[in-house]
Amino acid sequence: MDILSLFVIVPILIVLALTFFAKDLKQARLISVVGMGIQFAMSINLIFAYIKERAVNTNIMVFTKDVVWYETFNIHYSIGVDAISVVMIALTAVVLLAGVFISWKIDDLPKEFFISLIALSSGVFGFFISTDLFTMFVFYEIAVIPMYLLIGIWGSGPKENSAMKLTLMLMGASAVLSVGILGIYFNSNADGGPLTFNIFEIAQVNIPVAAQNIFYPLTFIGFAVIGALFPFHTWSPSGHASAPTAVSMLHAGVLMKLGGYGVFRIAMYLLPVGALNWSDFFLVLSAFGVIYGAFAAIMQKDLKYVNAYASVSHLSLVLFALLMFNRTAWTGAIIQSLSHGLLTAMFFALIGMVYGRTHTREIEKLGGIMKILPFIGAIYVITGLAYLGLPGFSGFVAEMTIFVGAFQHPDLFHRILTIVVVSSIVVTSVYILRMVGKIMMGPLSNEEYKDLPKATWFEKTGLILLLIPVIMIGVLPLGLSEMLKESIQPFLERLL
Amino acid sequence: MNLESFLLMRSEIGLLAILLLLIILEIFSNKKQKAAVIPFALILLAINTVLGFLPLESGELFGGMFRTNALLYFFKTTLSLGVLILLLQSADWLKEKVVDENKATEFFILIISSLLGTYFMISAGDFLMFYIGLELTTLPVAALVAYDTYKRISAEGAVKYILSSALASGAALFGISLLYATTGTIYFESMAEILASSNLAILGFIFFFSGLAFKISLAPFHFWTADVYEGAPINVASYLSVISKGAAVVILMILLFTVFKPLMPVWNKIIYIVIIATMFIGNLFAIRQQNLKRFLAYSSIAQAGFILLGLMSVDQLGTTTIVYFVAVYIFSNLGAFGVVQAVSSASDKENINDYEGLYRTNPKLSLLMMLALFSLAGIPPLAGFFGKFFLYTAAASQGYYILVFIAVVNATISLYYYLLVVRAMFLRQSDQAIPYFKSPFYMRLGLILAAIGILVAGVYSPLYDYIFSISNTFLN
Repeated sequence: MDILSLFVIVPILIVLALTFFAKDLKQARLISVVGMGIQFAMSINLIFAYIKERAVNTNIMVFTKDVVWYETFNIHYSIGVDAISVVMIALTAVVLLAGVFISWKIDDLPKEFFISLIALSSGVFGFFISTDLFTMFVFYEIAVIPMYLLIGIWGSGPKENSAMKLTLMLMGASAVLSVGILGIYFNSNADGGPLTFNIFEIAQVNIPVAAQNIFYPLTFIGFAVIGALFPFHTWSPSGHASAPTAVSMLHAGVLMKLGGYGVFRIAMYLLPVGALNWSDFFLVLSAFGVIYGAFAAIMQKDLKYVNAYASVSHLSLVLFALLMFNRTAWTGAIIQSLSHGLLTAMFFALIGMVYGRTHTREIEKLGGIMKILPFIGAIYVITGLAYLGLPGFSGFVAEMTIFVGAFQHPDLFHRILTIVVVSSIVVTSVYILRMVGKIMMGPLSNEEYKDLPKATWFEKTGLILLLIPVIMIGVLPLGLSEMLKESIQPFLERLL
Repeated sequence: MNLESFLLMRSEIGLLAILLLLIILEIFSNKKQKAAVIPFALILLAINTVLGFLPLESGELFGGMFRTNALLYFFKTTLSLGVLILLLQSADWLKEKVVDENKATEFFILIISSLLGTYFMISAGDFLMFYIGLELTTLPVAALVAYDTYKRISAEGAVKYILSSALASGAALFGISLLYATTGTIYFESMAEILASSNLAILGFIFFFSGLAFKISLAPFHFWTADVYEGAPINVASYLSVISKGAAVVILMILLFTVFKPLMPVWNKIIYIVIIATMFIGNLFAIRQQNLKRFLAYSSIAQAGFILLGLMSVDQLGTTTIVYFVAVYIFSNLGAFGVVQAVSSASDKENINDYEGLYRTNPKLSLLMMLALFSLAGIPPLAGFFGKFFLYTAAASQGYYILVFIAVVNATISLYYYLLVVRAMFLRQSDQAIPYFKSPFYMRLGLILAAIGILVAGVYSPLYDYIFSISNTFLN
């Protein structure tokens, strides 16, 4: 079995093991932790294997494999990774393992919870390794649909409506995406070759400009809805607020990254002329999303809503950077995806811990938590500072790279938009500092909070797992950006 | 014509033999022995289905009235498998409710003769044979709809069904006579050569099409569907929605792609409008349904709209995809109807509200229901996803992107109401949840077969590739 297919097969095996062998919570979480631990180890191994392979292999994708699936349509199960997919796989593995630790005490239907969570992860991993449009689309939908059960069964608040809204919006987007994919497929023979779903074969074809102009927005929007593009972001705040902690972590941390990844890998790569023609329109939308998300976050009273709108803002920034079409900005976009994935997962985990103890997420009612829960408080402050871009953490590296890249555009339109978007940093500082100050520092808001239990070992493990890469990216960004640079090059050449 | 050439009718002869055996058994058995009818009939049909996997040559009989080829033969076997699953699912219902009333054999005889009718219908080589097949398919079902004679709603459904199908048959027959008037032949092959786009031919086609549209319950000929499904016993509704509809779709496809090919510019536009209307009407009405039978009725109307997308591509791709989708749809719908049947025979409950909390009491059934509904909605990796995606592909291959777009919007709407059932089963908790029950053996077997079909038919790509390889046989 090749090194990549295992990423899909291991989750499926874990799901089967859970289905047939797990009797109660203890067994379910044991199987999940072991399985996700293996997955995590595999992803670390993949990074090193990739670096070794890259030294001798100059193809765009390495570890490739290709098996015919549907002969009639020339559909293949074809896989391969470059630096971008490798780091995304690593991110998924980390967040997932942390998510399992955070869900240590899930009481209602534990077996089903872990089954849905891990089934979802097989879709995410499959998405990141696919190099065939159809296979990728299949994995994408597999990654989305378990969300309905995860939010609907284990969520809180208006969970049924949030779950329905999220599922319908994301599946509606993927329906639009399927039209875009079909459009690409039926134009893949424009140069006289056979029809194909293979991304890198299509990239050799010059799809007619008229077709690109039609199918680019469909493909872009299809992916960007899950990447929280304004005005299609509305599923995100309510969905994240209602979801259980581990699901919010995984969804905001990993699933929303599928959007940016798909835009980058499919929409822009396969339809470059369309991308350039439509870039201004989507650039305005994403810039608006950055500002809108940041201001909306200021106004929220519920901690999860704050974080959800902050995610909208930060992920719009990813799309904004992608639409800048230069190497620096793109490197920044990918680092931002990673950084936001880790940090938002930490935030959701912390909010979940605070909520699990105090049973409220309202900023007004919380205060002075730091004194009672020093570990959680300290990590909360660190996360907040990393989130608003303090040097030394991943957030700074990501945003700095994006803005430097964005400013490389000499024309007025891009400059002004960049300046507007940069100002969102200030707004971010406002809501992060206010939130941290109010709930962590400040006077103790409620005497009952004095007896709150301290952080447990599994909570600490989950948080530290996420914190380590945040610091690593912050302190040693060069290795990462060097690794990404080579992989970005072929995608960039397509556009210029 | 020698004796060997009769073997071309092997599947029909097999069914006929089963029918005769059942009639003999009915006459010569006493009341006690009748309990053995159920396993006996099931085993016979199973043997006939398995025999269907043996290869058969193409050919014609009776001067071209009857014809068969690999694709038709494959489709017949699929239908036979579908009926087998359906009978497995209804075996226990029959044992409980019907053996006492001495009616089990009738049920089998009626349903198998209807199946025989579909065989003749899709194998027809001229309009006479087609019409006989159509009637043989329809009339036994009318009796079956009224099977619960003591229920008023069942009788009402039967009357509605028989009246509307009589009207439909009449319309189809009138259309055929107009077509005969323009071409002077009722043989498909010679009509395909002579038929030209004239007003009379178009009028004949429209009448003929509306007759078939009744059977497939396409808008605006769908009005009977919900009432009849609601009145009929669940397994009969299931038969109507999968076997009878599937066969009618395939014969419609065959006729459109061969006989009516000269009229393609006309029927293309008609189908285009009918697809949109059928999908929207089916979906929008399904949202408001509480009774699961009515719910599945509207869902199957919407599905019929999807199937017709394949008709937009008049080539091997369209043919393959329609046959494949119908096969997949048979499994998915039988899964959903099977669960409704199981729950209904255990607790007499048929409303979506009654399913609240079902997962906590009957996890396996709820899981199968979810799989079946997700397959109908087109969620990977279930078979329905592949069927739907390939239908979109077929339509898009001819450049009908707007139609595909409307279809995917409808797929999203349909996901909403399928999720409503999932919501009731999984998300809700209820004190009055249907208590745990263990389905009898036959029912479980029928459900497992449907589940295997849902899980395997999509991911296992050789199935589609096989249909593709045989589907050029009838286009030439």
